[in-house]
Amino acid sequence: MGEWWTSVPTGTSMGNYEISSISHVTMSPSRQNNFVSMYSSMPLSKSSYSVISAFCTEDNIPQCITYMNQELASLGLSSTCIEASSPGGAGLNTVPALNAMYELLQIHRRNVCTLTELENEQLKKSSSLEHMQMNNSRLKDQLELSIREKSGLHETERQLQLKIKTLQSCLKTEKDEVQKLQSIVASRASQYSHDAKRKEREAAKLKERLSQLLVDRKDKKLAIDVLNVLGRSDGKRSHWKTAKAAASHEGEMYKSLLNDYEASQRSLMLENAELKKVLQQMKKEMMHILSPRKPSTRGATADDSQEQVDSDGEEKAGESSRETLDQSCEHAREQLTNSIRQQWRKLRNHMEKLDSQASQVQNQLQSNKEVIPRETHDDEMERMRREVQQCKEFIHAQQQLLQQQLNTSFDDETAALLNDCYTLEEKERLKEEWRLFEEQKRNFERERKNFTEAAIRLGREKKAFQEDRASWLKNQFLNMTPFTDRRRCSSSDGQSALSIRSEPEMRMSSTNAQVAKSSTYTTFSTPKPTQSATVPSTTELYRTLRLIPDGSSSRHSNRGCWQESSTIEDRDTGFKSKSRGRCGDLSIFSLGEDENSLT
Amino acid sequence: MNFSEVFKQSNQLCKVSPDGKYLATCVQYRLVVRDVSTLQILQLYTCLDQISHMDWSSDSLFILCAMYKRGLVQVWSLEQPDWHCKIDEGSIGLLSSRWSPDGRHILNTTEFHLRVTVWSLCTKAVSYIKYPKACQKGIDFSRDGSYMALAERRDCKDYVSVFVCDDWHLLRHFETETQDLAGVEWSPNGCVLAVWDSCLEYKVLLYSLDGRLLSTYSAYVWSLGVKSVTWSPSSQFLAIGSYDEKVRILNHITWKKITQFEHPANINNAKAVVYKEVERRPAVGSDDLSLHNITIGTSLFNTQSKYEICPPPVQIPVIKPDPDRANPKIGVSALAFSSDSRYLATKNDNMSSVVWVWDMQTMSLEAVLEQTSAVRCFQWDPRRPRLALCTGNTKLYLWSPAGCVSVQVPTEGGFQVQSLNWHCSGDTLILLGKEQLCLCYMDTDQEDK
Repeated sequence: MGEWWTSVPTGTSMGNYEISSISHVTMSPSRQNNFVSMYSSMPLSKSSYSVISAFCTEDNIPQCITYMNQELASLGLSSTCIEASSPGGAGLNTVPALNAMYELLQIHRRNVCTLTELENEQLKKSSSLEHMQMNNSRLKDQLELSIREKSGLHETERQLQLKIKTLQSCLKTEKDEVQKLQSIVASRASQYSHDAKRKEREAAKLKERLSQLLVDRKDKKLAIDVLNVLGRSDGKRSHWKTAKAAASHEGEMYKSLLNDYEASQRSLMLENAELKKVLQQMKKEMMHILSPRKPSTRGATADDSQEQVDSDGEEKAGESSRETLDQSCEHAREQLTNSIRQQWRKLRNHMEKLDSQASQVQNQLQSNKEVIPRETHDDEMERMRREVQQCKEFIHAQQQLLQQQLNTSFDDETAALLNDCYTLEEKERLKEEWRLFEEQKRNFERERKNFTEAAIRLGREKKAFQEDRASWLKNQFLNMTPFTDRRRCSSSDGQSALSIRSEPEMRMSSTNAQVAKSSTYTTFSTPKPTQSATVPSTTELYRTLRLIPDGSSSRHSNRGCWQESSTIEDRDTGFKSKSRGRCGDLSIFSLGEDENSLT
Repeated sequence: MNFSEVFKQSNQLCKVSPDGKYLATCVQYRLVVRDVSTLQILQLYTCLDQISHMDWSSDSLFILCAMYKRGLVQVWSLEQPDWHCKIDEGSIGLLSSRWSPDGRHILNTTEFHLRVTVWSLCTKAVSYIKYPKACQKGIDFSRDGSYMALAERRDCKDYVSVFVCDDWHLLRHFETETQDLAGVEWSPNGCVLAVWDSCLEYKVLLYSLDGRLLSTYSAYVWSLGVKSVTWSPSSQFLAIGSYDEKVRILNHITWKKITQFEHPANINNAKAVVYKEVERRPAVGSDDLSLHNITIGTSLFNTQSKYEICPPPVQIPVIKPDPDRANPKIGVSALAFSSDSRYLATKNDNMSSVVWVWDMQTMSLEAVLEQTSAVRCFQWDPRRPRLALCTGNTKLYLWSPAGCVSVQVPTEGGFQVQSLNWHCSGDTLILLGKEQLCLCYMDTDQEDK
């Protein structure tokens, strides 16, 4: 800090020097040498170029040059040496001069840059300085304030201490006073009791004397005057005062005392038994509470397991104590109370743990702020249940009412209402049916198409078959001639095709029309190649020949089937139209439908 | 609730026979015996002087009338009106007279407590018991009537003598550890005798029937001590009221304090019901307040009153006692257990207008009855938990766990209830005024409802 303080004045003095250097510069460049060498690091101030006109004149060019060179060398620019273009001439060798100038400019620019930087820094520094100063003053104020406060507190403390001292002394005196008073009271009490005793003795003496006097006077008045003596209230005669009577009195007394003690003992025993029962139950419940968490805590920590071991031992002790509880001997009682105490302690620990957990959980819940108390939840549930129940009852009642109304008689309105209800239902149903029918219709259409295609194919195949047959017959005819033996093999193909074709046709005739749907047509279209190509015998041939009428019959049946299907379709369409009609005038015959549905 | 007509009485001498059939009242010299149910006069006896004390024998056959000024006791028989008995204590004077529990002996305490004279009506025999102590309660008979405890003072020491009432045999005689014995009281089962010291020292001693000291209890020292002691009917609790405005309850097993009931001036207990009697004068217009009206209507002075339930906290008026005077009006002076031992009623003397009812099951304050004037007397119904109290005005107040009522006694001439007594059946209440008495019949059916 001291350095900082001292460095500021040197800076200012440097400024002074700078000004003086400028003044020197104006005087003569030769003299400047020393100064410039001294302040070479200092950037040239702008005032220097204003006097530059005075620096170089026609006369001192060489000097100037040398000076400049020297200067440049001192600046570390010795590589570029300004030379006169001609010795003694006014001109300058331009290249080095320009280079030097460039270098100088560079240096100048750099310097300007650093200057601005430094200025900024300076500004920053000064502002921070200001800030520091302000802070400092503030802190000083605070310090002062706190010092003042401290002194005030010291003062009050001192006062309080003084007060305490006085109070303590007061207390002491008070205590003394109390002691004194107590002693006074005690002395007075003793005095009083002494006096009282004396007085009492006197009184006793007087009483004695008085009674003596009364006895001596033989007071006549002291008498009882009874008309005739009464019998005892218990009817007995009075007893003589004898030792026996005294003994019997003693006996009576002890008997009554004994009775009382017995009664109290009985009540205590009852109470004790009750308490024991409670204790046992408590113990049982405690054990019940403590036992189920054993497995969970066993593996938890070493401490817990240790505790658990302890509890096991206790449990055993408890068992044994329970067995011996009814004996109510000292040992058993001790054991029981010990075990209960231990278990209670454990329970308490557990409860505390739970409590802390609960509080944590609660805190968490509170932080979540989504706490719905269980009670409200339950209440809500209950309420909802009730509502549901109510709604059910309501519905039930409505149903009953409706039933009643239906059973009794319809009003027109209710009937209409009901009709509406039912027609709506019916409409729905019919719509559904309509959809189904549409689908069926589509199916039938597709089937019909299939049928027609199949028929066309059949026609074509028939044609091919006819041709085949024609060719086959021709071959047969030709085979009958002895020279056409070779061709038999080639004709087997056609025969096999024929046999294949015949079989499904046979099957078709046997099966009912419903099965013979698309599947049969597919078999029609694709002849099975599995049929072994064997040379037919003559009987087979005959059969096959006879098959033609069979095939025609099969075709006929096929046609029948076809017709059947078509009739089904007709029926369908008829039904459809019918249903459509129904749809159209639903409202008209819906009642009839109702009746149907009702019956 | 019905009220009988008003009868005359003097000295507030009016007692129902122990069997509950007869009502004996004293009017100056005369003793009048009435049938309780019809109120017809059955017998009329005339004594020799103004009667200062009257009592029924335990079998309801005889009535004792004592004339203390003349040292005379006269006994009358209800069955034989001609039979009479006169006992003259002579010049020695008479301080108090009482029946022995068997109803065949009369115990007279002479002046200056010189002796207790036991007169037998069976044998005319007389016996003396010397050195009886002049104190708050020097004689007490056990509930079954077989034993009598008598406080004695000899050589500046306190003794207790236990007599067998049957033949006045001295059963036990023992010195008590008291400075100045103030009272003795048997437990209702007759096996424990509570003995307490005078107010200068808080000390309660419990003796067995055979004279063994069972326990000693002392709550504090230096300041004034015991003011009142009462056993619960079950012998289970001993309630001790003291000058520090507290009631301490001792148990009958360890004889240690179970709890203490404080009587704070500021009641903050939210569980206790505070009934405050509010008086309301009948609204009278200003023009009605003429002299004429006032002289005519006694009813004008008959203010209406009712109870209001005050929510806590309640401030109770407290009278600061004068510390310079003896027997300061502070502390619990009256204690009474209900017949079922369920409730305890107390009165603190510096809050004389308040009766406190404590629940002995929960050991807590049950109710507070704040009256407009000082409570003169309170007594429990012998059958039900029902408390009757009077404050020396024309009203009767009743408290039961169900609530609290104030009843105007509907009699002419401003009957002011000074004292009251329950009939043993609990159906009738005898109200005693200054010079009159009146019977109050509880409507039992209505009460039950």
